[in-house]
Amino acid sequence: MSILVNENTRLIVQGLGREGSFHAQQAIAYGTKVVGAVKPGKGGTSQDGIPMFDTVAQAVRETQANASVIFVPASAAADAILEAADAGLPLVVCITEGVPTFDMVRAYAYLKSTKTRLIGPNCPGIISPGKCKIGIMPGHIHKQGNVGVVSRSGTLTYEAVGQLTALGIGQSTCIGIGGDPIIGTNFLDAVKLFNDDPETHALVMIGEIGGTAEEEAATYIKANVKKPVVGFIAGQTAPPGRRMGHAGAIISGGKGTAKEKMAAMTAAGITVVESPAQIGEAMAARLKK
Amino acid sequence: MKIHEFQAKQILKNYGVTVPEGTEVRSADQAYEVAKKMGRHVVVKAQIHAGGRGKAGGVKIAKTPEEAREIAATILGKKLVTIQTGPDGQLVKRLLVEETLPIARELYLGIVIDRASASPVFMASSAGGMEIEKVAEETPELILKETIRPGFGLQAFQARKLAFGLGIPAASIAQAADFMMTLYKAFEASDASLAEINPFVLTTDGRLLALDAKMNFDDNALYRHKDIHALRDLDEEDPLEVEASKYNLNYIKLDGTVGCMVNGAGLAMATMDIIKYAGGSPANFLDVGGGANAEQVRHAFEILLSDKNVKAVLINIFGGILRCDVLATGVVEAAKTLGIKVPVVVRLEGTNVQEGQRILKDSGLNFTVANGMKDAAEKVVALAK
Repeated sequence: MSILVNENTRLIVQGLGREGSFHAQQAIAYGTKVVGAVKPGKGGTSQDGIPMFDTVAQAVRETQANASVIFVPASAAADAILEAADAGLPLVVCITEGVPTFDMVRAYAYLKSTKTRLIGPNCPGIISPGKCKIGIMPGHIHKQGNVGVVSRSGTLTYEAVGQLTALGIGQSTCIGIGGDPIIGTNFLDAVKLFNDDPETHALVMIGEIGGTAEEEAATYIKANVKKPVVGFIAGQTAPPGRRMGHAGAIISGGKGTAKEKMAAMTAAGITVVESPAQIGEAMAARLKK
Repeated sequence: MKIHEFQAKQILKNYGVTVPEGTEVRSADQAYEVAKKMGRHVVVKAQIHAGGRGKAGGVKIAKTPEEAREIAATILGKKLVTIQTGPDGQLVKRLLVEETLPIARELYLGIVIDRASASPVFMASSAGGMEIEKVAEETPELILKETIRPGFGLQAFQARKLAFGLGIPAASIAQAADFMMTLYKAFEASDASLAEINPFVLTTDGRLLALDAKMNFDDNALYRHKDIHALRDLDEEDPLEVEASKYNLNYIKLDGTVGCMVNGAGLAMATMDIIKYAGGSPANFLDVGGGANAEQVRHAFEILLSDKNVKAVLINIFGGILRCDVLATGVVEAAKTLGIKVPVVVRLEGTNVQEGQRILKDSGLNFTVANGMKDAAEKVVALAK
């Protein structure tokens, strides 16, 4: 099994521009069921074989879509998220980077009154290897299996997945939750889902400096998770007070350091590696025990 | 984005927040003129983005216009070293000349976006004038907090709770609540990421004012605040970082010897970490982003190499959107045009990796090709020694 996305996922794309079209084609090539796209004013036409709709509500009604991926520009991203939630989609993945924080504050508050789960923004997306790929990750580095991966980063997730696959360790689902301060799905949410999934046997958790989401997940893991967990925190050498690329990656007021996170995770029984090159090996070792 | 105190006060004033009367000046003579016009004691405040100005001698009171000129002359053009500037200090180019106030109490007000609750949080403390991080650590009970419901703003009852909690006299409660609600409106309307009024003062004649003001803004929202964006002061930023931002490169200068060029912020941080783990020290953080082209790679190289501490460069790319062959072409072009002298270690992985490695090999240039991050870090650290 896997979490959130699988062979029954029916995806629509919001924002079929250059990036959106490219990744929609990549998703189709991977085997994802891309059933439509939304572009106001283009309803009734099609682009690259994908039927177009004026609104998300219309697309959902006519295609029975159950997930959406957002590639629209940052200034329109919150609106796209709300439109998808309003149409009743259970899963919305927002790839868009640079969404204003206040837009997310308002969108997050709105989403709490709906059944919609948001992944992102500013994330690579989610993939259940061999079944469904939603996002911008290179599909070919993944391998179907039983390790769940959750991470705030894009390319660092690929790095970890690459190491796992090279060692013959497949993945159930890999989620990039995004590098922004306010995101729809956090570590805790993802860890709970993986813990409840019988076919996820172990977890990789890749955090980074800033915030306390890793510590919150560690507290939960300590009390509830029996599955082996391997962790890494990026930014051990990052200077305080500087935003390291991701809007959420900042040590402010002495809080959100890699050291604190690594200590909390170690105390929760997580195998925390100091070097990002050891993620795969550490998981192999934990699975052998 | 950060702005100066006088700019923050101007923005707040436009929304109706009470601030002391003052004027920004850039010369000692201007300081004299402003002080003379005010006709009373003034405070001369160095305008730099770093905090801790008072303790560093950047804030002084002048009793006469002549004294204001003298003080201005000693501060302007000097490098002010505060706890936040680092040992090199920050050059003072602007001053704020402001009225002095009869202070009865110094309090603290602050607004941040709390990540855990995904909401703005309004904070108030009776320990004004002190470093709030220190207060939070030593006496957290002195910090009062009200979580703001998105879409509602700071409510009057919340503001009153905070005002009573601060021990503000009953006669001034309505004024204090109004101040806080106006401050919150300014915060949200300008897409700020931080607002701090430290100290927030109560005067002996019962007035409430922002004696100091600090505002940071959400970079992602600056597109809808052209007026605020225009306040960016490049003098306060590292010149290499300014140069990098022109090409959409995310660069942060550090003090090590291994230059790094990486795609993705997480991998870029992890690359710094593994360099340290291998016994070296990173010279920078550099994220070339997901869709870097040959031109960006060339600019990235130029920026890396203009840091004279760089003894070797590590290029670590995990190609997803960014194809390895495109990256390799950019690296080869840049190396040829720039005539790179320092050793360059390249680690490529992901989309079109074979093609990328072939381009590097056929270039005739002396790249060290690495397999995996560990190998790459060990090789580059050895070459940087």
